[in-house]
Amino acid sequence: MSEVAIVGIGMHEFGRHEGVSGMEQGAIAVRRACADAGVEWKDIQFAFGGSSAAGAPDTMVSQLGLTGLQFINVQNGCATGGSALFSAYNTIMSGAYDLGIAIGFDKHERGAFRVETKAREGRDWYGGSGMALTTQFFGMKINRYMQENNISQRSLARVAAKAMRNGSMNPMAWRRKALTEEEVLQSQMLSYPLTQYMFCSPGEGGVALILARADQAHKYTKNPIYLQSAVVRSRRFGSFEVLAPSLSLEYGEGPTVDASKAAFEQAGIGPKDIDLAQLQDTESGAEVMHMAENGFCEHGEQESMLEKGETEIGGRFPVNTDGGCLANGEPVGASGLRQVYENVLQLRGDAGPRQVPNDPKVAYTHVYGAPGISGVTILSR
Amino acid sequence: MNAQVSINESVLELTSDGPRLKGMRCKNCGNHVFPYQGGCPKCTGSDVEPVLLGTHGTLWAWTIQGFPPKAPPYLGETDPDKFKPYGVGYVELPGEVKVEARLTESDPTRLKIGMAMDLTLVPLCKDDDGNDMVTFAFSPSTKGDA
Ligand SMILES: [Zn+2]
Repeated sequence: MSEVAIVGIGMHEFGRHEGVSGMEQGAIAVRRACADAGVEWKDIQFAFGGSSAAGAPDTMVSQLGLTGLQFINVQNGCATGGSALFSAYNTIMSGAYDLGIAIGFDKHERGAFRVETKAREGRDWYGGSGMALTTQFFGMKINRYMQENNISQRSLARVAAKAMRNGSMNPMAWRRKALTEEEVLQSQMLSYPLTQYMFCSPGEGGVALILARADQAHKYTKNPIYLQSAVVRSRRFGSFEVLAPSLSLEYGEGPTVDASKAAFEQAGIGPKDIDLAQLQDTESGAEVMHMAENGFCEHGEQESMLEKGETEIGGRFPVNTDGGCLANGEPVGASGLRQVYENVLQLRGDAGPRQVPNDPKVAYTHVYGAPGISGVTILSR
Repeated sequence: MNAQVSINESVLELTSDGPRLKGMRCKNCGNHVFPYQGGCPKCTGSDVEPVLLGTHGTLWAWTIQGFPPKAPPYLGETDPDKFKPYGVGYVELPGEVKVEARLTESDPTRLKIGMAMDLTLVPLCKDDDGNDMVTFAFSPSTKGDA
């Protein structure tokens, strides 16, 4: 039995919001989470807030109310939101507090992420040379993976089309227009073999999750969702990671494999016990690779799973039911918490037209990103 | 003819025998890293030395950069009308390390994992003195398979 429950969730719509700062979107998510849990901001005892590009999260107390609570900022690359949740989880586990909140928000400029690196001396040769693009890493990784494991470009299009279909049923999603596989395949080739619609875009949005001691959860909600594990792992020697000017000759597993194993161990269950998953889909290929890296299938098995529609909402193992990063965009600080928000909705049975059938009981989230970091959670009813 | 200048002499040296990449070798475990750094990610040791890396290898992974990168940091052509896609890949230097580099080839039908590659240079832009600034790249080997 877990000792920590999620008792309130709030989200600000993902997408582009002219005239609304990233932090305001975070504050709106906080108010919605408080309303969902039936608590006031002044009841919250501690907060962990994450944002990579939209300001220091703790300054949002000037909008929410100066209650004197413990507020700690978290910045941890693409696992920023996941790290805020992990920290909030451990704070309750430690017994220090009973009720707290994990907040993530962001607002990025348009287009691919701009990565400026610092050389030891002299000019930024890495970005200056036309490397240091995260899109290139994803192109290279999936290109090699497809050849090694017989994955077709059609599978990549299936993933993107599924994301847009699921996104079209999600009022919080940025992209809510369904796309055909042909439209995906025929869009601009950005980083071979990945086309424009196979990539997510940096975006905006905010998510807040209220956590409580499990034995007090029913004070706030009739549907507590229990956090069975929350794990963050960095890369080990030999893994193939984004933004690496060189890689070792040895080739080892990435941080996703480590985080996944640790999360299953912590929860005392295995991949077969999971009813649905939100997996990092920075681009279509990432979802494909992450299905196997998280232990849900063998490498190469994705081709037939996608062909048979097994990862659709009505399929054997639904993946990215809210449209994932592909349909929601990626506000880095909020992205990992969006996945948890979606799983809470699904486990409560509140996901509306995109509700996974047959009463799902256990759900999984996974984020991955720069500079080789991965975060996993397992939730249950 | 204008002089060629390296984008950064601390990583790319233009020698009379051609371009060389400046890496690190760990004296404790033999691991290599590019560019040079003061510690070894494999054994965690710090007894390391600068080395010039090999100039021939095999293609390990590749993609094609299909849109102009943002400037800054990119120093090459960013005008969408003039931009030409270019290859990017990891080239495995035997016994050393896999180096990420631009590729001179940008046709996906002509790139294959395992093909032999040689170190070369590609132009990026003019520097403030009108010299041709270059960076490193790998091209399909003219010497046959490595
Ligand atoms: Zn070493």
